[in-house]
Amino acid sequence: MIWDKKHECMAEGEMRRLQLERLKESVAHSYNNVPFYRAKMDAEGVKPSDIHSLKDVTKLPFTTKDDMRRNYPYGLFAVPMKDVVRIHSSSGTTGKPTVVGYTRRDLEMWAECCARFITAAGVTSEDIAQVTFGYGLFTGGFGLHYGLERVGVSVIPSSSGNTARQLMLMEDFKSTTLICTPSYAVYLGEAVNESGIKDKISLKWGLFGSEPWTNKMRLEVEQKLGLSATDNYGLSEVIGPGVAGECLEFKNGMHICEDHFIIEVIDPETLEPKEPGEKGELVITALSKEAVPVMRYRTRDISRLIPEPCSCGRTTIRMEKVHGRTDDMFIIRGVNIFPSQVESALLGIDGTEPHYMLVLYKEGAMDALEVWVEVSEKMFSDKMKNLRALEDTIRARLKSALGIAVKLKLVEPRTIARSEGKAKRIIDNREKG
Amino acid sequence: MKVKQLSIFLQNQSGRLAEVMGSIGSEEINIRALSLADTSGFGILRLIVNDKDKARAVLQEKGFTVSETDVIAVEIADVPGGLAHVLEVFAKEEINIEYMYAFVEKSSQNAVVIFRVEDVDASVNALQKKNVHVLSSQEVYAL
Repeated sequence: MIWDKKHECMAEGEMRRLQLERLKESVAHSYNNVPFYRAKMDAEGVKPSDIHSLKDVTKLPFTTKDDMRRNYPYGLFAVPMKDVVRIHSSSGTTGKPTVVGYTRRDLEMWAECCARFITAAGVTSEDIAQVTFGYGLFTGGFGLHYGLERVGVSVIPSSSGNTARQLMLMEDFKSTTLICTPSYAVYLGEAVNESGIKDKISLKWGLFGSEPWTNKMRLEVEQKLGLSATDNYGLSEVIGPGVAGECLEFKNGMHICEDHFIIEVIDPETLEPKEPGEKGELVITALSKEAVPVMRYRTRDISRLIPEPCSCGRTTIRMEKVHGRTDDMFIIRGVNIFPSQVESALLGIDGTEPHYMLVLYKEGAMDALEVWVEVSEKMFSDKMKNLRALEDTIRARLKSALGIAVKLKLVEPRTIARSEGKAKRIIDNREKG
Repeated sequence: MKVKQLSIFLQNQSGRLAEVMGSIGSEEINIRALSLADTSGFGILRLIVNDKDKARAVLQEKGFTVSETDVIAVEIADVPGGLAHVLEVFAKEEINIEYMYAFVEKSSQNAVVIFRVEDVDASVNALQKKNVHVLSSQEVYAL
């Protein structure tokens, strides 16, 4: 099934014309209504009237996550608050989060984009979908929810956590569709098999996103849960889920909603465009957003575009699964984490700046994080209760800075290698899939 | 009447205790008393040695986290009820004991108990008033 044949199967020439028309409008909207974009474009000597072809998108300035933070909270909003009907923010919490707003029309567009990949994944109005993404500021829960409702799916907003309850709902409510992160899907798969309810569940479709995953994981989770699993892509700074999604038939690259997003691939060092089909950093320009237009947002995600048409009938360009990041961000249980967040959480503990190391490992199927902190003489005490209190303090600070609980290990000084220049702060013990 | 104790942070990893002992042993430093408090993740080794300055320097040189604390060493008759008598003094004076550990002297019929308390001076006074034998650091190092 194809949700929006008109746009998903549009002839290439027609699509490019539509993109150009919308790009011009969007650039003018940003320039006229967001002082930040106007200043940036003026600095580069670009005017909205300089956009004559799609290639001209490269004349526009880049936007980074730091730009969004510096404009916290409403600096990049292009409409008055009376027209904003929803506000979300990034899941990561490096300092201030990044904030995005939606007008009524933005929400419409978002639900439409989600409906496309939901339909492409095999889901129809006959289905019952269990959404185990957190509902809240995180875009995953609400994004999928509205897309599913638009398709006519019966939605169970079970939200995140409490695996035993998720399994009960899955069995009793006869969920046919599972929405979660791929690592939680593997975890649920193990739980289903351990509790012996595999014969009693009715899952057919799995839509897994918000963190990178491999085809090996796909096969594992498909076998464990007895469903067909597809990937989808999006990020809160751009809109949330809905930028691209795989088709059930081929599961070979995610179809981009090209009528709403232009994705460029650049070399993250030189910032020059890559040759078609080459790997690089994805840069996204939104074409039809009202509340927060997005101009050449540097995602830091590494992937490549697949220009060849897919046999499923959609004509839209596809992007491969995300291969990695250009920065040191990693994702634990769907939450974006930067090592610098750990650093700021540890700053000032007992007046010191402790040395630390992040150790990534697999806890069953889930990615997990252990933080090692060196115990200096200032932090050390001969009393056990003081060291326990130190552990509690560090744990609480990490939880409040990262948004999730992580394991803590106090280690002896010099356990953590000192290196010249930038210290290596991460040990990755997750097996490469 | 205070005795200096060294405390060393140990992460839970095989060979760490052996490394501490090896480091100070090879410097001819003798251990008078020790105790180890541990959790699943780490341990605190507490040592009383005959040359604490040298021991501290050697261990710090090896990269260990070391701290120094005043403790009280009390000599107790090695008979049933010996320790109870001393603990009653603490209880009556409402002195809280953080931790303690004991060992038996080689050359006499007595045991030595090490106490870690908040207020060392007040505790020593209280014990001496009740005629409890509080050992000086020289006496402990010479044991």
